[in-house]
Amino acid sequence: MADYKLLGKDYQTPDLYAKVTGRSKYAEDHRAEGMVFAKLLVSPMPHARVRSIDTSRAEALPGVEGILTADDLPEVDEPNEAALTNEPLYEGEPILAVAAVSEQVASEAIELIEIDYEPLPFILDPLDSLMPGSHNARTVTVDGEAVSANTMVGRDPGEVKWSESDVAGLAPGEIPMDAPAAAEWSYGDVEAGFAEADVIIEENSYHQSLSHQPLESRTTMAYWEGNKVYVYPSVQSTARSVGPLARLAGVEPSDIVVINEFTGGGFGSKISGYVQAQIPILLSKKIGKPVQMRVTRRDETSFGRARPGTQARIKLGMRSDGRITAVDIHAIGDGGPYGRSGDHMNVGGIGSLCYTPMAMRQRGTGVWTNTPPRGAQRAPGGVQSMTMLEPIIQKAAKRLGLDQVAVRRLNAPEGQAKYGAPGRDGEQGNVSSAFVKEAIDAGAGAFNWSERIQRSGERNGSKVTGFGVCVSSYAAGASGVDGLFVIKPDGRMYIQSGIGNLGTESTFDTMRAAAEGMDMPWEKCDVVWGDSSRHLPWSCSQGGSSTVHAHTRANWAAVEDATQKMKEVAARDLGGSPDSYEIGGERVYRRGNRGQGLSFAQVAQRAIDLGGKYDGNELPEDINGMTTASATALAGQGLMGVAKDNYEEGGRRMSFAVGFAEVEVDIETGDIKIIDYAAGTDAGTIIHPRAYGAQVLAGAIQGFSVALSQKWVYDRRWGLLVAKRFYSNRPPSIMDVPHERPMEWVNADLPDPFNPLGAKGIGEAAQGAGSGAVVNAIADALDSLGDDTGDFYRSPVTRDMILTKLEQAPIGHDRLTAHV
Amino acid sequence: MAVIRDVIPQLELFQPSSTDDALALLAEHGSDAWVYAGGLDTLDWFKDRVKRPRVVVDLGGIDSMREIRSTSDGIEIGAMATLISVIDNPEVRSQFPALAYSAKSAASPQIRHQGTIGGNIGQDTRCWYYRDGWTCYRAGGNICYASPPTAMNREHCILGASRCVAVNPSDTAPTLVALEAEMVVRRGNSERVVAAEDFFVGPEIDIERMTVLEPGDLLMSIRVPSKWANSRVYFEKVRDRDSWDFPLANVATAIRENGGTIEEARVVVNGVAPTPVRLTAVESAIIGQPRNEQTAEQAGNVSIQGVAPLTHNGYKVNLMKNLVKRSIRDEPLA
Repeated sequence: MADYKLLGKDYQTPDLYAKVTGRSKYAEDHRAEGMVFAKLLVSPMPHARVRSIDTSRAEALPGVEGILTADDLPEVDEPNEAALTNEPLYEGEPILAVAAVSEQVASEAIELIEIDYEPLPFILDPLDSLMPGSHNARTVTVDGEAVSANTMVGRDPGEVKWSESDVAGLAPGEIPMDAPAAAEWSYGDVEAGFAEADVIIEENSYHQSLSHQPLESRTTMAYWEGNKVYVYPSVQSTARSVGPLARLAGVEPSDIVVINEFTGGGFGSKISGYVQAQIPILLSKKIGKPVQMRVTRRDETSFGRARPGTQARIKLGMRSDGRITAVDIHAIGDGGPYGRSGDHMNVGGIGSLCYTPMAMRQRGTGVWTNTPPRGAQRAPGGVQSMTMLEPIIQKAAKRLGLDQVAVRRLNAPEGQAKYGAPGRDGEQGNVSSAFVKEAIDAGAGAFNWSERIQRSGERNGSKVTGFGVCVSSYAAGASGVDGLFVIKPDGRMYIQSGIGNLGTESTFDTMRAAAEGMDMPWEKCDVVWGDSSRHLPWSCSQGGSSTVHAHTRANWAAVEDATQKMKEVAARDLGGSPDSYEIGGERVYRRGNRGQGLSFAQVAQRAIDLGGKYDGNELPEDINGMTTASATALAGQGLMGVAKDNYEEGGRRMSFAVGFAEVEVDIETGDIKIIDYAAGTDAGTIIHPRAYGAQVLAGAIQGFSVALSQKWVYDRRWGLLVAKRFYSNRPPSIMDVPHERPMEWVNADLPDPFNPLGAKGIGEAAQGAGSGAVVNAIADALDSLGDDTGDFYRSPVTRDMILTKLEQAPIGHDRLTAHV
Repeated sequence: MAVIRDVIPQLELFQPSSTDDALALLAEHGSDAWVYAGGLDTLDWFKDRVKRPRVVVDLGGIDSMREIRSTSDGIEIGAMATLISVIDNPEVRSQFPALAYSAKSAASPQIRHQGTIGGNIGQDTRCWYYRDGWTCYRAGGNICYASPPTAMNREHCILGASRCVAVNPSDTAPTLVALEAEMVVRRGNSERVVAAEDFFVGPEIDIERMTVLEPGDLLMSIRVPSKWANSRVYFEKVRDRDSWDFPLANVATAIRENGGTIEEARVVVNGVAPTPVRLTAVESAIIGQPRNEQTAEQAGNVSIQGVAPLTHNGYKVNLMKNLVKRSIRDEPLA
């Protein structure tokens, strides 16, 4: 790695002091003069039509300020979601909101509302809407007509149903491989691939739906000043939330201010706003007072998004040397009631990158259900891919007597590997770089894989030990956004960050690329963030692990811009050509003669004197309009670095995490303990090691949640979620991670050639590595008790499943049943 | 009336500083009053507006109820002693390590600092239908939502169902039953002492309560007699995750051996029935036997006689069998 002063080093982020002293303001900490509170009346049924609402008694209650119903909202294009509805499609969907002087009064008012529902049929399990003669979760209005539909086919609502002959002979818990599907792609000769295989594994697999459960819910406060609206949401992105929130408010982006300096997590559920923010925004407009809608944990579980569950039939062929010859997947996605979800198609998409099968076919249908709305969650579809495919690869490798790590290594992508669905031209896309073999080697070394697996199946009383490995990948960077900073006559550098302070620290980490490039001491840098009125540049989403790659590029482009400007200013004042100058130590100086130059403070003043491009009065034409507006506002304050990232892309930016887990399974209690976890990664150059490690290991913990505990439980008769509470939803905490040894990570440290600093993101890939490694380790432990004892092909793997399997007792549901 | 959750409704809060004042308030307000200890069970009920008492009597200001003291026959633990203070108490640790361990198995570190021993044994069931406000038998209705074939009952009972299939979720309760603890209950000026074993009430007796406590009653303290001090007492809990979680099942077994055989035993399970269950058939089966693998195996098999699992909780049969077996076979955990 290059010899950087700032990059690759740990440091204290500028938001840390506020966080640890409790001074950081999260969404619900904000207050405004005359602010009132909104509470929601939500659907008690999975699917219903509101026949009548009588709010007269509620409105008469002292302290009630106003009520917002679905009729107050602009129409939404179906099958998309509105903030309030008269036809709730899932339990907990907001129907109306009451504003009052306190939450107590608002709640009492809601209890005074008479509301009459017509219950409608519902679908909990996607398979129930595909079977012959089944009904659908909803209708979609097309050209004024209500059309029954259960999926999106291409861009349009449509219906996929299996015929009696499609499902003839299927056992419960099986998906017909060749039955109709909404989408399909393939590459290579799949039949020939299976013919070449020495082992074929074909299984039906279930991956649960998971609520995002960020610790901070999506509380939102809003008020209006004339036609301008001020919104205090809990969002992941700052710059990228301006447009979507403006659309929800019905104003131009120039008429909204988004203030959100601290966000308590999102995991993809708050990337650029959320439709429910419209409730306090429009309620505030209606009643003329600031309105805060505190979102409870229960509401967050209802409408705070979830990862789509996936049910799939997977067939995989492996040659005797371990090479994967063919994969065939038919995946059904649990799409919730709105929009389109593509996670299920990513099972094959991401799998094709991690394991490079010689031939592959993926078919699938995302099915609407009367369960909470889905959205992107950390590696959407990628986590499902790892959790569902890995046990099948492990099984095939076991049948062939092969080392699991060697099989992953043999099938790993290299260089600018191609993968996934072919494009319209028939060609697959490629990655910018893949150093997966190096990551596997680094991780296996740190974990001491080859020595440790000698203890696979080792018994200690009732406990049996198992090991698992998993190669995981996901998106790791965007491009084409803008960098913006000003060096002022006070000698300080003001770096504008529009990313959003989600807690990943990339808001600050990526700004250090600008400091590094300008050779500025970090102590002399001020990062400006979290408030769209503070002149932020166009940024990528704070999601999809995009920021580290995108904003090191963008800031590096701004560094090149500022450096050139400084050299020009110095040459103008001191003579010579700009090229004869360089920067360093807060000075621009004649190469070889540090004495002949200007301090940054001086050059900043000279930039103001000169004006034009130097202080931002003339701007590049290719930057985004948001950056232009922000740079224009900052013009005249010093020397401006401003540029769009036009660096070559080289392909899709994907990073890799390879998880290694040791577990101990108690065969008398079903208890599972993760004894140890290590990850080898490939995400190029590391910008901030501590933040990087937090992503790799905490992402793995979120993967443990998939493997071991978190799920929904629905009553099948009433269609209602019974595991609503945080504790009954069972995400893991720090108590659930290995304690005997610290979890560990190691990076391949090979820079991505298409980033000037070599950096990529890591947060997405980290999760699947954790889930895949742990489900494999559990299977490995139990397989030692007898062939196929470890076969679950279902997540999470819970205590009851293990005990039931060991006793060969009936489990009360079939393999693919959703939400049990 | 539309339903809203997650906002505590208006209520009248009393914070007495003495037990006499608390008892007077409970006498005055009768069934309108709610006894508030650590709040871990209470606040969920209030937030969901499912339980809506008019009056709340917060015992948090009564310091005397937090004491843990040695007596002429064991120790007496104030009902308001926090779980962490039970865990950290030197007398409890040295004489009754299984009680400390069972308290440590409850909930999470944060909750153990706030939750009390009285609250832990007196807590309501965690049946997710009942707690979510479904009007089931236990909530005064005339149906059980958790027992039909379509219901989700993975965490419900395999023993002792009577219309209601909910389980007692306490981790300290089975240990206190095994240790032959006694509950000191006051009501006005009168005091009664109830054996831990008799403290818990099943649905066949009263479907709307978990314990003998009635409106006006106050659990003052728990007496743990010295009989089982320094004896072999085994506790183990199995749960889905190590963060805050209730038992899928737990076991507390006290055994006294003499001359190579089991002389006296008390075997108690919880999380499998509406009350902690003393498995007297198991006790009878192992008394007089050597404490070995074979006896443990036999005990496990005896323990599951008469079980009646529901659709999704058949695993609890094996779990209980194995826990009973381990509680006799293995060395106590700490």
